[in-house]
Amino acid sequence: MYAVFRKELADHLGSKRFAILFMLVFLAAILAIYVAIQSIRSVVTPTTEFVFLKMFTTSGETLPSFPFFISLFIPIIGIALGFDTINSERASGNLSRLLSQPIYRDSVINGKFLAGLAVISTMIVTVIAIVAGLGLRIIGVPPSSEETLRLIAFAIISIIYGAFWMALATLFSVFFNRAATSMLASIALWIFFFFFMSMIAGAIANAQAPLGSNPTAEEMIRNFGIQGMLGRISPCTLYAEATTALLTPELGSFNTALMVLSTFTSGRMITPLPFSQSLLLVWPQTVSIVALAAICFGVSYVKFMTEEIRAV
Amino acid sequence: MGQVVVETNNLTKTYDGFTAVDGLNLRIEEGEIFGFLGPNGAGKTTTILMLLGLTEPSSGTAQVCGYNPTREPLKVKRIVGYLPESVGFYEDLTARQNLEYTAELNNLRKGEYEQKITDLLATVGLSKVADQQVSTFSRGMRQRLGIADIWVKEPKLAFLDEPTIGIDPEGIDEILKLIVNMAKRKITIIFCSHQLEQVQKICTRVGILAKGHLVADGSIDRLGDKAVGGGRYRIEAEVGQVSPQLVTSLQRVNGVLAVQASGNSLLISCDKDLRGQIAKAIVDSDNLLVGMKIEEHSLEKIYKKYSREA
Repeated sequence: MYAVFRKELADHLGSKRFAILFMLVFLAAILAIYVAIQSIRSVVTPTTEFVFLKMFTTSGETLPSFPFFISLFIPIIGIALGFDTINSERASGNLSRLLSQPIYRDSVINGKFLAGLAVISTMIVTVIAIVAGLGLRIIGVPPSSEETLRLIAFAIISIIYGAFWMALATLFSVFFNRAATSMLASIALWIFFFFFMSMIAGAIANAQAPLGSNPTAEEMIRNFGIQGMLGRISPCTLYAEATTALLTPELGSFNTALMVLSTFTSGRMITPLPFSQSLLLVWPQTVSIVALAAICFGVSYVKFMTEEIRAV
Repeated sequence: MGQVVVETNNLTKTYDGFTAVDGLNLRIEEGEIFGFLGPNGAGKTTTILMLLGLTEPSSGTAQVCGYNPTREPLKVKRIVGYLPESVGFYEDLTARQNLEYTAELNNLRKGEYEQKITDLLATVGLSKVADQQVSTFSRGMRQRLGIADIWVKEPKLAFLDEPTIGIDPEGIDEILKLIVNMAKRKITIIFCSHQLEQVQKICTRVGILAKGHLVADGSIDRLGDKAVGGGRYRIEAEVGQVSPQLVTSLQRVNGVLAVQASGNSLLISCDKDLRGQIAKAIVDSDNLLVGMKIEEHSLEKIYKKYSREA
């Protein structure tokens, strides 16, 4: 498997695809820094606790924040690295030659997946390091140990999220014989989850628990609850929630209505959660993404392993 | 008798009700160049895939160098090379890099394979383009690279599926030479092809597969005897006038099996090339020899006969 891994990794690193993706990610990092420099002064007050994290989460007036950029690019990277894993080998006539070598069949799919994972990890760690490094120089506030831990957790969940999209694209590459089809299918699914899922969730929630002109607290909680639950079908929502909770320690709950209400009714200050509590908060999201990635990879693995090589 | 390299016993493969290979009994010995013939869809590739352990037989067994390809696919793949019909390489890699990858997949160490790959590229005539991307290669170059690719692992047995298809005549000669060269290095070869004259040129034995059955198996001479009848050679002599005396005197020539007259020509079948003796016999019986043609058993005739029967 090591030979496959090494060759695939070398292929990725030398490919134009990688260069394009890396430029994209690099641009996102630069933009994020730019946005942070523009607007960080207005959000940071002398009492602000997590200045370094603020640099990552600040969004400008027209430009979105760094996590948003990343959440946009990770699926693209994952899909770009995975959509032709198996079908390109088949189409180029390499597969039967490869499988007639003395290697276990799963080394092919495992080696390729691990190589992709290594590339995604490199990209994500690099981009976070770039933002952190430049930010450190520009704003001059070093990260606290908790902020560092939160950033590491952010990197890990981002890698897992990337692995999910790559596994999904790999799944399509096993099932569809044409690389173009598998890419389109992956992108279609991504668009659906990213753009439409929240709309659909909102529509269903409004139908189930309509909000009147003057909704009661109970109605709001019910409506937002349904919307949240349905939205969590989408891995995009899961990832967005997880990163928000990790990078915004002030966030105590995912139910927006509950958050708003609790501040209004009790008038209490929002106190940031300790890291361990934030982790607890994102645990279900993390497990769900891991499970989704495992299911996608598992199905493609089984399909690839049991598939018969047939005479054409 | 040499060592048995491939042996199958009632090997059968069914795909959703369609029988691709039906009770195949095949036996191939070390050092043979076995021509594996048959019309498209006769089950040749399926047989190869089963022998490689890439496809599981529905029933029956196969043995490759004493290993069962279904149970011990890795051991079989270590000693067997396979050149698929439409072989593909990694287009972005150079010829050398492609071969290096194969060597690494075969667990060869860098020190071991570097020199070997350089030598092999020279053997197949690709030294000059060794460091060019495969995407610039012609079909013939790819096939030669394919032969180098199976040679890297030094197999005991090589399956070549249509290695000469779509290649110019000179290229074909080069590839056939390479195949004979491989056979000289004790590599048993199974050569699948529709190019019958090529098979006839290099193969020591042929097997004809039709609808999943092995309908003929043996050397070309033997199959020719059985299928077409008569001796190995057919000599057609055109004479001034055919007379019964001439036929009798020709029949008396040592080695002549049968003489048949039609119009002004005589069809003589014999085991050896007897053109000299026959010419002498014709002239001795005061006849005119106008022309003479000799024909060997053609594999094409044999093939057509067997595949028609099936």
